[in-house]
This record gives sequence, C-alpha cells and structure tokens, in this order.
Amino acid sequence: MTEALQWFRYHWQRLIGGATRDDDSRPYNYSSLLACGGKSSQTPKLAGKHRIVVPHLQAFKDEYEKFSGAYVNNRIRTTKYTLLNFVPRNLFEQFHRAANLYFLFLVVLNWVPLVEAFQKEITMLPLVVVLTIIAIKDGLEDYRKYKIDKQINNLITKVYSRKEKKYIDRCWKDVTVGDFIRLSCNEVIPADMILLFSTDPDGICHIETSGLDGESNLKQRQVVRGYAEQDSEVDPEKFSSRIECESPNNDLSRFRGFLEHSNKERVGLSKENLLLRGCTIRNTEAVVGIVVYAGHETKAMLNNSGPRYKRSQLERRANTDVLWCVLLLVIMCLTGAVGHGIWLSRYEKMHFFNIPEPDGHTISPLLAGFYMFWTMIILLQVLIPISLYVSIEIVKLGQIYFIQSDVDFYNEKMDSTVQCRALNIAEDLGQIQYLFSDKTGTLTENKMVFRRCSVAGFDYCHEENAKRLESYQEAVSEDEDFTDTLSGSVSNMAKPRVPSCGTVHNGPLGNKPSNHLAGSSFNLRSGEGASEVPHSRQAAFSSPIETDVVPDTRLLDKFSQITPRLFMPLDETIQNPPLETLYIVDFFIALAICNTVVVSAPNQPRQKIRHPSLGGMPIKSLEEIKNLFQRLSVRRSSSPSLTSGKEPSSGVPNAFVSRLPLFSRMKLASPVEEEVSQMCESPQCSSSSACCTETEKQHSDGGLLNGKVESLSGQPLACNLCYEAESPDEAALVYAARAYQCTLQSRTPEQVMVDFAALGPLTFQLLHILPFDSVRKRMSVVVRHPLSNQVVVYTKGADSVIMELLSVASPDGASLEKQQMIIREKTQKHLDDYAKHGLRTLCIAKKVMSDAEYAEWLRNHFLAETSIDNREELLLESAMRLENKLTLLGATGIEDRLQEGVPESIEALHKAGIKMWMLTGDKQETAVNIAYACKLLEPDDKLFILSTQSKDSGLRAGLVITGKTLEFALQESLQKQFLELTSWCRAVVCCRATPLQKSEVVKLVRSHLQVMTLAIGDGANDVSMIQVADIGIGVSGQEGMQAVMASDFAISQFKHLSKLLLVHGHWCYTRLSNMILYFFYKNVAYVNLLFWYQFFCGFSGTSMTDYWVLIFFNLLFTSAPPVIYGVLEKDVSAEILMELPELYKSGQKSEAYLAHTFWITLLDAFYQSLVCFFVPYFIYQDSDIDIFTFGNPLNTAALFIILLHLVIESKSLTWIHMLVIIGSILSYFLFAIIFGAMCVTCNPPSNPYWIMQEHMLDPVFYLVCILTTCIALLPRFVYRVLQGSLFPSPILRAKHFDRLTPEERTEALKKWRGAGKMNQVTSKNANQSAGKSGRRPMPESSAVFAMKSATSCAFEQGNLSLCETALDQGCSETKAFEMAGPSKG
Amino acid sequence: MIRVRPPFPSPIYPPPLVPPSSPSFLSPSHWRLQLTFASYQRPSAEECPTSSAPRRRRLRWWRWRRRRRRRSSGSCQGQQADPFGGPPARRGAAPRGPMAMNYNAKDEVDGGPPCAPGGTAKTRRPDNTAFKQQRLPAWQPILTAGTVLPIFFIIGLIFIPIGIGIFVTSNNIREIEIDYTGTEPSSPCNKCLSPDVTPCICTINFTLEKSFEGNVFMYYGLSNFYQNHRRYVKSRDDSQLNGDSSALLNPSKECEPYRRNEDKPIAPCGAIANSMFNDTLELFLIGNDSYPMPIALKKKGIAWWTDKNVKFRNPPGGDNNLEERFKGTTKPVNWLKPVYMLDSDQDNNGFINEDFIVWMRTAALPTFRKLYRLIERKSDLHPTLPAGRYYLNITYNYPVHYFDGRKRMILSTISWMGGKNPFLGIAYIAVGSISFLLGVVLLVINHKYRNSSNTADITI
Repeated sequence: MTEALQWFRYHWQRLIGGATRDDDSRPYNYSSLLACGGKSSQTPKLAGKHRIVVPHLQAFKDEYEKFSGAYVNNRIRTTKYTLLNFVPRNLFEQFHRAANLYFLFLVVLNWVPLVEAFQKEITMLPLVVVLTIIAIKDGLEDYRKYKIDKQINNLITKVYSRKEKKYIDRCWKDVTVGDFIRLSCNEVIPADMILLFSTDPDGICHIETSGLDGESNLKQRQVVRGYAEQDSEVDPEKFSSRIECESPNNDLSRFRGFLEHSNKERVGLSKENLLLRGCTIRNTEAVVGIVVYAGHETKAMLNNSGPRYKRSQLERRANTDVLWCVLLLVIMCLTGAVGHGIWLSRYEKMHFFNIPEPDGHTISPLLAGFYMFWTMIILLQVLIPISLYVSIEIVKLGQIYFIQSDVDFYNEKMDSTVQCRALNIAEDLGQIQYLFSDKTGTLTENKMVFRRCSVAGFDYCHEENAKRLESYQEAVSEDEDFTDTLSGSVSNMAKPRVPSCGTVHNGPLGNKPSNHLAGSSFNLRSGEGASEVPHSRQAAFSSPIETDVVPDTRLLDKFSQITPRLFMPLDETIQNPPLETLYIVDFFIALAICNTVVVSAPNQPRQKIRHPSLGGMPIKSLEEIKNLFQRLSVRRSSSPSLTSGKEPSSGVPNAFVSRLPLFSRMKLASPVEEEVSQMCESPQCSSSSACCTETEKQHSDGGLLNGKVESLSGQPLACNLCYEAESPDEAALVYAARAYQCTLQSRTPEQVMVDFAALGPLTFQLLHILPFDSVRKRMSVVVRHPLSNQVVVYTKGADSVIMELLSVASPDGASLEKQQMIIREKTQKHLDDYAKHGLRTLCIAKKVMSDAEYAEWLRNHFLAETSIDNREELLLESAMRLENKLTLLGATGIEDRLQEGVPESIEALHKAGIKMWMLTGDKQETAVNIAYACKLLEPDDKLFILSTQSKDSGLRAGLVITGKTLEFALQESLQKQFLELTSWCRAVVCCRATPLQKSEVVKLVRSHLQVMTLAIGDGANDVSMIQVADIGIGVSGQEGMQAVMASDFAISQFKHLSKLLLVHGHWCYTRLSNMILYFFYKNVAYVNLLFWYQFFCGFSGTSMTDYWVLIFFNLLFTSAPPVIYGVLEKDVSAEILMELPELYKSGQKSEAYLAHTFWITLLDAFYQSLVCFFVPYFIYQDSDIDIFTFGNPLNTAALFIILLHLVIESKSLTWIHMLVIIGSILSYFLFAIIFGAMCVTCNPPSNPYWIMQEHMLDPVFYLVCILTTCIALLPRFVYRVLQGSLFPSPILRAKHFDRLTPEERTEALKKWRGAGKMNQVTSKNANQSAGKSGRRPMPESSAVFAMKSATSCAFEQGNLSLCETALDQGCSETKAFEMAGPSKG
Repeated sequence: MIRVRPPFPSPIYPPPLVPPSSPSFLSPSHWRLQLTFASYQRPSAEECPTSSAPRRRRLRWWRWRRRRRRRSSGSCQGQQADPFGGPPARRGAAPRGPMAMNYNAKDEVDGGPPCAPGGTAKTRRPDNTAFKQQRLPAWQPILTAGTVLPIFFIIGLIFIPIGIGIFVTSNNIREIEIDYTGTEPSSPCNKCLSPDVTPCICTINFTLEKSFEGNVFMYYGLSNFYQNHRRYVKSRDDSQLNGDSSALLNPSKECEPYRRNEDKPIAPCGAIANSMFNDTLELFLIGNDSYPMPIALKKKGIAWWTDKNVKFRNPPGGDNNLEERFKGTTKPVNWLKPVYMLDSDQDNNGFINEDFIVWMRTAALPTFRKLYRLIERKSDLHPTLPAGRYYLNITYNYPVHYFDGRKRMILSTISWMGGKNPFLGIAYIAVGSISFLLGVVLLVINHKYRNSSNTADITI
C-alpha cells in the first residue's frame, strides 16, 4: 500500500511541479568515475575551499567554533514548506507553471470590466479548484515527508560525550561535525564520518551501501592509517588531530583530504576511510568515527536529487502545435475584434441593444474592437489545450504503469521487472532510430566463465571446461525431472566427458566434470536431504557455472612438477626446466591475489573469513612468525616428497594439519569409478555440516587420489569460501585459480592468504593495491613474496596495455630474454585466438623489485597519496612508475556468455529499422565475434573494418571501427564523412572505445543526424553514453547500479528491450500522439462553435452556452475518454507487434503525428464545428428560440460528435472505453437536467432553467442531434473506411492478423514476410541504383581498403595470418583512410 | 502441480540489483510505480494464457470473459512441494523501511521470511491479469468497405423516410408573414416612422388563401435586432424578476445604465426590459359583412410554464395591489407605462406578464420571432382562421428603422415539430441519400478489392 501511495504522491509531484525541474539534474556526477584521461578539469577544483574539522569537544572549543561551528548539523529537513510559508510558497511554486500562469492571466483579464466575457467567478473557479487541490496534495505530501524526517532525525546513535566520558545515546539530529560516533554492527551510519577505529584487527570495516546505490555487496573501508595499528579503541579525549578535507560534494566515489596530527604529520584520507551516511555497518562489531559532513552536506543527501526530467520529441512537437493554436487563437480574436468594430460602427447610435456606458456615452468602435480582442481571448481560451498538458501527464503515468506491470519484463532470477525512472519519455521508445549498446553485461550475461589460459607461451585449452559449459545449460533445464540416483547420474554424465584435448583419458580428471556437475546441480543435492543447507558455493555474483572450473589436464600435469624446492634459493640444481613451472606458480598466484576480491564464508554470511591461527593476534608479529614458520614447514614437508598424507606432525600441528589435504591432493594415484560414487555419497553422513559442499569436494578430491580422507571433513580451512568481487571477471579468475588448488583464503588490507596446493598456505604481505581504472586498463598488487621474500608486483590488465609495458631488455641475460620474447609472441598469438573466439583476454605479468627500488617508489607514491589537489594525476603517474618492465606470465581467456534471447532481440530490432551500434571496450576480434554471435552482423554481411580492411559492400554492410580510428572519425572535419559512411551500414561496431568516446559517438549521431537515439548499458562506463542519448536504458546487471541510476529505464535483460521498444514503445507513441491530436481536434471543434456564433451576435463575445457547461465540457464531460484512449488504445496486439517488427517503422517516421496530420485534424475540426453550428442554425433560423436553448442542441451534438469521433479513431474498445464514454454522456445529461431543474435565478445571464427538460420533450432536439452528428462524422468515417479498404497502412493490415486463428495467422505472417522481402529487394534495388548514381561510399577499387572478408577472418583458422597482416597494414593506413574516406563520400 | 524452480540458486545473496523501493530520501528516487494491491493475485502459468495464446476474435463484440482468479500456488508453495525443493529463495526480503533500520541479518541466513502455508512470498512479479497485461477483451472495429456497408445502408434506409416525413409535415404547416416596418413609402405604416406621430396606428390588409386549421400562433418577428449582444443579454436581474424584494429596490449592477432613473430603481431593470417590444397587434377578419370581425387573441399561454410560474414572480406583499408591491420603483425609461400596468388581468401583470416574459427570453439570432398571441381553435368544424381577407391593426410604437431592422407579424399553425422548417426534412433526405450512395460506392469497392492482394485474404 505504501508503494501505491508513493506512486501516487510522486506523480502528483511530477504533475504539478514538473515543469520547473532542472532538466539536467542527474543523481551522480560521474566525471570522476569515467576518468576520462587527463580531463580532470571536469572535476571541480577545490580552490582553497577546504573543510577543516576538529573534534567537537570541550578542549577544542575555540578552534571548533572557528572552523566547524558554521557547518550544518545532522538535522535534515526535506520538506519544502513550513507552516508559515506554505501558502505563499506553494502558490509561488504553482505559478511557475506556464499553464497556471495562463489561467491566472485569463482570470485577471476577466476582472477588467471592459473585457469581461464571463462572470468573474466562473473563470476563477477552475483555477482556484486546481490550486486548492494541488495545495492540499502538496501539504499532505510535505507532511508525510516531515514525519519521515522527524522519524529519522530522532533516531538514536551513540555519540561521545565529554561530560560523561563515554558514548551516550543521542538523536541523529543532534550530531554535529566533529562528533565521535560509535556504531555497532548493522547500525546505520548517521553522517559521513572518517573511520578511526574498527574492532576488526585489520582495521577494516565492511559497509553495505544498498541504501545509497543499491549495491548490496560489502565494501571495505579502512581505518585511517596510523590508527589501524592501535590495538585499543581510539580515545576521543586524546584525539588532537585536525582533519582537512574537501568541501561537501555529491561525488560518492571520491573523497580527498588528510588528517594532520598535532605534530604536523599528515596522513592521506580517501574514500576508503569515509563511512557514508545511510550505509549500514556489517560484519564489524563496532566502529568509531569522527563526523566530517553532517545533515544536508553528507554525500548521500547531496546525491538525493529528484528524478530526471526530459522532454520527449512528441511533446516538443505538441508544443510547436500549441503555438500554432495560439496563432490561431490570435487570428480568431482579431477577426472578432475587427468584426466587432465594423458591426459597432453600423449600430453606434442604437441604444436598444448597444448598451451605452453607465455615464451614457458609447465607446468608439476602435476601442470597443480592442476590448473585444481580449474578451474573445477569454471566450476562446479553451482553444489552447491547457488540459492537454495535464492529460498528457496522466496518460504517461498510465502508460508507465502498464509498462511496469508487464509480466514479460519480470525476471525471476533477480525478482526485478522494468523500472521506469524517467516518466515522461515513454513515447520516445516508439521512435528510436539508433540504438547504441554496450557489449559486456548488456548483450552478454556478464557471467564471466574462465575458459582458457596461456601460461608461459603454452595454451591450455580447457576442453573439459568448455564441455562443462555446454552441458551446463542442459543440466539446468533438465534438473526438474532429474530423478536419477546420484551415482547413476554421475556415471551417466561422466561418459561423454572424455577429454579430447591433448591427453588421453585420465581417470580422475575425466570424472571431475561430472562431479562438479553434480555439485552444481542444486536440486540433486537437496533431494538427498540436505535441503536446509544453504547452497554454499555461491558468492553474490556467481553461479555454479562460474565457480566450477574444470582444470586442464596438461596443466595439472605441470602442476605436479611444482615443489616447494623450486623456491629454495640455495637449490641451484633445478633451474632451467622449471622456469615454466615457476611461471605457472606465479601465474596462479597472480590470479588469486591480483584483485580486490573479498572473501567470506557462506555459512556465516557477511563475516569475513580469516585464518584461524590469525585470530586475535597482533598482525605484525604474527606476520613474521607466519612467514618464518611457513618456510620452515615447507622445507620440512618437502623432504618426504609427498609420499604420505599421514606424515605425523611435528612441532606445529595446527599449520601442518591444515596443509594435509592439500598435499594429499597432489598425489597421482589412479582412482576408480566406484570410489567416486562412494566418496560422493560420503557427505550424506556429514550433511549436517554447514560446509557440506566444499567438504564433499575435499572428500572426492582426496578420495580420488588416495581414498584416505576421513578426518578432515571438519577442517575449517577446507570450508567453503565466498568470493565477492567488484567485477565478475575477477571472481572468475579467482575461481579458476581455486580449481588449480590455488585457493584465495583470506584477504585483509595487510595480507593475502593463498592456499597453494603444492606449497602450502602462503601469506603474502600486501604492500599496495593499485586499483583498476579505465585509463590504465590494468591493476596491480605489490606484495612481498613469502617464499622469495622479494617485493613482487603482479599486474593484470588488457593485453594491449600490458604488452607495451613488458620489459624490453631483461637483465637476466640473453637466453631469458629470448625466452621471454618467444613467450610474448606465442602469448600474443593465443590472445588473438582467444579474442577471435569471443573471449575476453587479460594478460598477467609480474615484476620483481629490489627493496631499494621499492622504497624509492614508495616515497613518491606516498607523496601522491597525501596530496589533495591533483591526486588522481599523481597517483596515475605513480602507478606508471611501478608498472613497467614487466615480465609476461601468461594470458587468460574468459568467456562472457551471450544473454538469453539476445540474437532474437537484435534481429527483431534490425527488422524494426533500428540501426544498432555496438560500442565496446573490448578488442576488435572479440567484438566482431560477439557481434556475429548475437546476429548484429550476419555472416553474409559485408564488413568494413575501418582502419584495417574492408570488403566491397553488399547490400547490407557492417562497419567495425576501432577506438583509435574513432578518435579521428570524431574530429570535426571528419564527422560528416564518418556519419555518411555509417548511414550505409546496417550495424556499426566500435571497439576499444573509451566511455568518453562512447558518449561522443552518441552525441555526434544524435546531433548531426537528428535522430532518436537510445543507449543501453550496464556499467559505470556506459553512464555517460546513457545520459547523452535521448533514452538511456540501464541493464541492472552485475556491475552495480550506476548505469541504472543514470538511466531512464532499467531492464534486467537485453531481450526485454525488444518488447519494450516494439510493443510498449509503439503503443506509447501511437497512443499519445493520437491522443494529442485528438485533444487539438476536440478543443478546436468545440471552441469554434463559439466562434461561429460571434458572426451572429455582432462579435460581441456572447456565448450561447451556459458558462458552467462550457467550463465543464472540457473539464468533465470530455476529459476522461481521451485519457482512457491514451492509456488503453491498442492499434495492434502485442503478439503481432513482436511478430512483425517492421511495424515499428511507423513510429520512427512519426507517422501517427506528422505536421500535416495536425493540419488535417484541425481542418476536420473546423468542418465538424461548422456542421455542428450551422445545421442547428438552419433549423432554428427565424424561430422563437432563445440563446441558451439554441446552445443546448449545439452542445449536445458536439458532445456526441466528439465522443463518437474517438470511437471512430479507436482501434480497440474495451468495456472501460465504453464505460467512460457512456459515463461521459450520462454525466452531461444528468448535469444539464439537474442544473436545469435547480437553477431558477442563478448564474445570470445564462440561466439554464428548464431548458434541457424542454428539449428532451421535443423530438426536433433529437432529430437535430442525430443529423448533426451524422453529417459531422461522415467525412472522417468515410475516409477511415476508404483507408481501410483501398490503402491500408501496414498497421491496419497487421491488425487483421489479430482476428485470425493461430494457423491462419502463421500462414498470413508467412505471406506477409514474403511480400516484405519482395518489397525490401525492390527498395534495395532502388537504393542501389540511387547509390550508384549518387554518393555511395563504395570503395570499389580502392587500394586503401583491402578487400577482405572479416567473416573468414574470424572463423577460419587458416586465414589467420593473412587476416593479421591485413590488419597490420590497415593500422598503418589509418591516416590513409582519413583522406580516402571522404573522397568516397 | 506447478513446480517452480528456485529462481536463483543462491538463497544467501540474491543479487539485490534492484534497490529497495522505499528509502525516499536516501536513494535517489527508486520510485516504483507498482501498485501492489494484493499480493496473492498471482495466477499460475496455467491459468493465464501466455501472450501468444490463440485468440479468436471474429467480429466478436463484447466478450465479457471473467478470468477466474484462483488463489494459485505461488512460488513459495511450489518450492515447498518440489521434491527437490531447494531452500526457498529469499525474495523481497530486502530491507524496505526507510533506511533499513529494521534490518535483520538473520533473515539472510535463514533464507528470508518463512513461507507460511498458503501465503506467498512477496515478489515484484506483476500480476498476470488481463487488465494489467493489457489483454482485456476488446471490440476491435476494422473499418473497411465490407464491414461498414450495412451501416451506410441502414442510415440511408432510416433517414430518407424520416426526412420525407418531416418534409411533408413541414409543408403542411400554414404560415403567413406580414412585414409592417413601413420603410417603403407605399406602406401604410410609413407615416409612423417619424417620431412625431404618437400614437400611430396603421392598418395592413392581407388575404389568407387557405384556411388555417388548429391552433394558430401569432408571432411578431424582428430582424437585425441583436438581442444576443453580450452586454444586452447580461443586462437584466433575474432576482428582481423572481420577485426578490431587495433586488427590486436594488437591482444588479449588470443592469447599468438602466438600473436607476432619477434615483429610483427601475423595475424591471436592464436593457432587455427597457427595449421591450411594445407594438400592439390586432387581427380582424373582413367577413362578408361590412363589419370586420375581431379575432380573439389569447394573451396567456404563450410563455413557458416554468417561466411564468417559477422563474418570474411579482414582488411579494400588498395583497392584490400590484402598484403597492412595486412601490419605490420606477418604470424603464422607454416604457410608456409602469410594469404593473402591462395588463389588466392580475394574473398577467407585472413581472408575470407573458409578453414581458417572452421578451425576456432573449433570442438566439438577430432575426427572430416571438410568440405574441394564441388563436385557439374553437370547434372542430370551423377552421380557426378561415380563408379570406383580414386586416392587421398595429399600434406602432417600436422603432426599428434606426438599425435597419424589420418588423413582421407571422401567423402560423404548428405541428409536432414546431413551426415551418423545410430544412430539417431536406437535410435528412439528403444525408440519407448520400449515405445510401456511399453504401453503393463501397459495395463496388468491396467487390473490386475483395480479392486484391493487400487486405482481401486477411479481411475477416
């Protein structure tokens, strides 16, 4: 119910205050998120406007007063009004609307006695009523807000009080800047504060920001450096530092500042230290922070802007036509004025009916004409369809209500449906001409699945894994009927899983997939009685398909060579052969640690996992001990050389036991099938354990190897882990590493624990994380390697970037260098191959640093970190200094699976005439491949690859353009040519595009081609594009809520887009445009009755209608039907619209509302009003009828005409339509009868007393009404009939399908499509001939464009080298294109 | 049994990608437009045909199909019943209250609110009802020649007879008009144009060719008289005319400048009253005898009953003495006599004088007629006005030549449809014929285009 209330409340607000909203108010400032290169000028300079915060304690009272005293406190007030200013402010707000001002103007005008047309009160009435209702609504709404504010303001939090020397309860509203606040777990943060203390020993604190941005994964925040080390809780009494930070701003992703200790030492503050108001503390027992921003200055509140307000194209159209109406009104009024002047000059002296002024003289015709002008404006005011605006708003609400109610948009997995965030551009959905789509997460699932990797130049193709992925879908779809026994199913499914890549059948590995499959099959497990155990393999973002990676056999073989001995510095014997092994080790360590994944245990949700032996101990010392101990134990255990898992532990049992299963895993005993099933069943015994899944895995793994795992099931280390990653590919890599027994165990800001099978648990001291950004396109971690004790940098990033950063000259000598070069070449080849298969590629590299180098770098980095200004740039530079001279380890290929229904949707959208562009940051090959996969490009499409090569064009062409070329293409001088070129292409793929480029492309197309654009994306990198386009659609996918927040509509899957556009867009557009046209018609038709009458009353401004009826005619009697029409009209059913996407083209061409349609509508309105006036005129001519009796049949006939006109225009009429139309007619008659009976002397001079009653007894009245209605509607009716018979539009023809039986329909659809193809061919032929004669950019014989089919390039391995050469050639010819491109045009 | 697969295999962290709806001041407007009326209205998939379900609609007009809305087994039950039923997915358990204060971490562990038997977990799934899914049964008129043919023929068949009927009726009405403005020098009333002659009486002779049967209405007609001028129309006080004593002495401002005369309120005030038609018309039959026979003209019954009895009332008080009741007022400037001397009949005097009432009903058009007298039929045997020579005696008071107006006297019989009006009948016949013609044209079109490519095979 509250939802309904809010819905209503909100829409009232929109309805009333909409026009005054800031058009560009966006909830976020994404400039920093986008990180558009060096363009930091977008971010506001601080310019000395820093905020200084000192503790709000007695000791610093003076200083506090000086600095922080002026900052607002935490009381919030979101209400607009107070009791005192409600009336004036509300009126002020309301009169911001043009419509209300127009009303007001008319009211004022009517108070001028010389021009008054109606009674003063009557014109005032609608305005007053509207204002009052809106004021009441506003008041109620504000009161509601006030209550919420009050509730929030009175929430309790613990604030440090100096008096009582402890934290005491205080209301949120009393919190001020500088207060110390202590929060416990699951408490909401009352104000933005700097984290000073956390009970977490690592000094971190988890928060959930779902209240802020909707992301419910946990985010880490860190205690300010220097405080984290303190083991006791921070004492506010002793806190003497000063905090300096930037002024309040709304950028959630940025916070800069420093904390200055009393000794002038500065510690940098970043957003990692900031707890934002509205977030919830999770997984941390208690935290203490000092408030820096409070109340309305908090980032949450500053971000709390209203919804977006865009004007739709249709509305703009309507606005221009309203202006035409104004012109028409002026012309009509001028006619009236002139006419009155002329009339008056004839009868100037006639006092009989030309009444003199009270003082006896008559005014001159000229002046009277002038007055009459204004009188006429009042009289004909309805011509300006003020009610149109209100109706449009209401209709849009209705349309959006239906869009959101559409069950087809419901995504069960996410329990989400479409969200309409912008409420007034629904009809633009029906006119989209260009669609810009992101690839990742939009077209694809963004479920990153580890597919292949290449380590040290060897490609591991993970064939079994691929098989698993293929079968995954089936397994899921079948699992409802999956009633086989476990063992049966396992054996059944194991059979086809014979690995074919590389090695022959290998027992354990061959069985593994089935084992995993069984593990991933949810119902299977729960069927065994363990249903109460939460499925524990999942992290927030991961499904089994992502987490269960089947290792490659060859790679596993290599793993067997890993021994801890490799890392023993003394052991020189095994130096050469294991270089590859070392690479493998490093590679997987990099996969496991080079990320920002948060590890948590599923059975204790949101609780951070830590190694049991770490708990509670001071970290520093522990670290040392740990490292020491590890080295020790590794050496000890390595000597027995993996013979027995039961090696009696000596000395330190805990650590050793923890390593036991891992060691045992590495044994290569050959298992038997029976063992598998046996082991698989074993978890049944231990199913009460919360760690069932992982335990089982342990079991089977162990069991497969030697079958001697009994005692380890309860082992905490083995317990399952959840990885929560910021991006899914990070998680995919971590899961991949885990599949190779390189398990990320825990992560704290200080260290990372990796459980490496062959080496035991390794604890890396985490020195730095240089997070990923879109400029660098890479991320790095700096760790101290526990085995070698060196400082190692692991870098992971886009191949293009990493390849450039590799060390050119290796210091280790020629052979190594050579090897590295070979690896590099091979890897590059693999990368290209991956990309061609549509995989996302990442390169992994490392760099070993000497301590001195590191110290040097650290010093600089520290400077960068603590600076407030230019910090981003400095950090970037610092990162550059670190990430160079890298050694390539390998590359990964991650598959991003296409979303369900994407190809179909794209095909439909293509058919609908929407040009689709794919803008992606991925590599060209990947992008092209995905484009083919999702039918964006078709195999028989000819492809231009700009900057590289092209094929001579066929009928349909696709264009592929890379980021660098795009840069040129976007330059002023080339824009036109570029667009011309693209206009010939069916689809355009832009790869390697930066977020900024994406938005520029959209902007370019939108502004130069004057087309309706739609951008769809799911990630932060799409935000700018989404904002620039006419319609931005966010896919609420896996990359957080940023895109959704910036979007106008949010959908959960790409496939929903086709229904959204083809059905709802089409409907919304046709409905609204028809309704708008109808409104113009209605008003003109009705008002013109008054106008025609002026010719018979000396242009004196008499209305032959009772004023009340006049006012109510628009307000009541004819208002509801068009609204219902606008909401419920259905020209073609949804099914047909989906079947025939071609129908969408009518919206693109604005067929429902062309310029001439407006004028035709007006002409019809004029005709109808003429008929409606003159038929009764001729009938009542020279009779004894009086004014208002004459007006009555006019009104009644007009009502019938206007309503029946709607019926003619309607394509589908439901009982609701009928109800409303009949209700309108009844209400008219009821009103007329009741009013006519009650009103004896009221309402002079248009006293309606007994008029309707007289008429209803008079047969002539009915005859007149029927006759008038028939004559008036005849032309339109005949036109519609002829249109339906002789030249039906595609829409009309499609409408016939609705009546057919399914079989007939399929038949008819087939026919239709056949005809459509014929048409297409002919039109294309025409096009072609036109193109030949015209300026078609056909590089027929151009040397610049190498003629090469990219299709073959992508799919045929044989062509690979050829393709690449062409590619290289093309790259060098980028410039050539620039010159040649235009000449083509 | 409907089995619902757990939508998302993880019960622990359902991807909370859509933010909770309510935090109004923190999350920038996640307004959900969903009106959740009743959460149990979630029909199962069986019940509601999918969008591609066959639908026949062959000129089916109104199909009131009530979809049964069973309380269906929702996802929750489905899960429970599932033999492999996984833990119920946590749906909609995301914190909803403002600021998620009542967040309960345990919810997440336990897998959300327990599924009460019969109840369903709240999801955002829209109700699958015909209304919400815009699948209401509808009449979908397709306007083609074939479908509308009958309409045109029916209109033609109905309108033409009606038109003929009206036309005949109208033609049977007897009507005679006598213009007595007197602007032509030959006119007997020409002498009255000069203002000097007061009172001026003129006589006009005329002949009825045919006798007038039934009741005959006598009208006076004025032309070019803009009784519908806005300010003229306004210039009256209905309260005064309704007998309101305060309004009598203090007429409405609308009456200006005919509100007061010499400090006395005018009764009736205003320009309409002031310009009241004040010619007197008398009709005489010149029989075979030398004595002309006056025709009895009935003064009463010419106004609307409601006007005479409800809307217009004399001021209260003073028994039968009207003059007393109108005490303190003065006559309109142009009037010769005060309002209480309009007629000798007490029932037809003062404001309820029917001539006055008729006049006060302002005419819609500048050329109009107003009912002046009734000539009642005396017996069935004799015509009301036999054919013969008549003369009209006019006391000429009302000046119309200022504004090029004309004055007429009209005698007319009436039918059920009022006075003579050929237009209505002709219009009906014309529209009926046109419609019939169109019907024929459409028949041809329909015949010609029936088998042509674009519509034919899919029409109906």
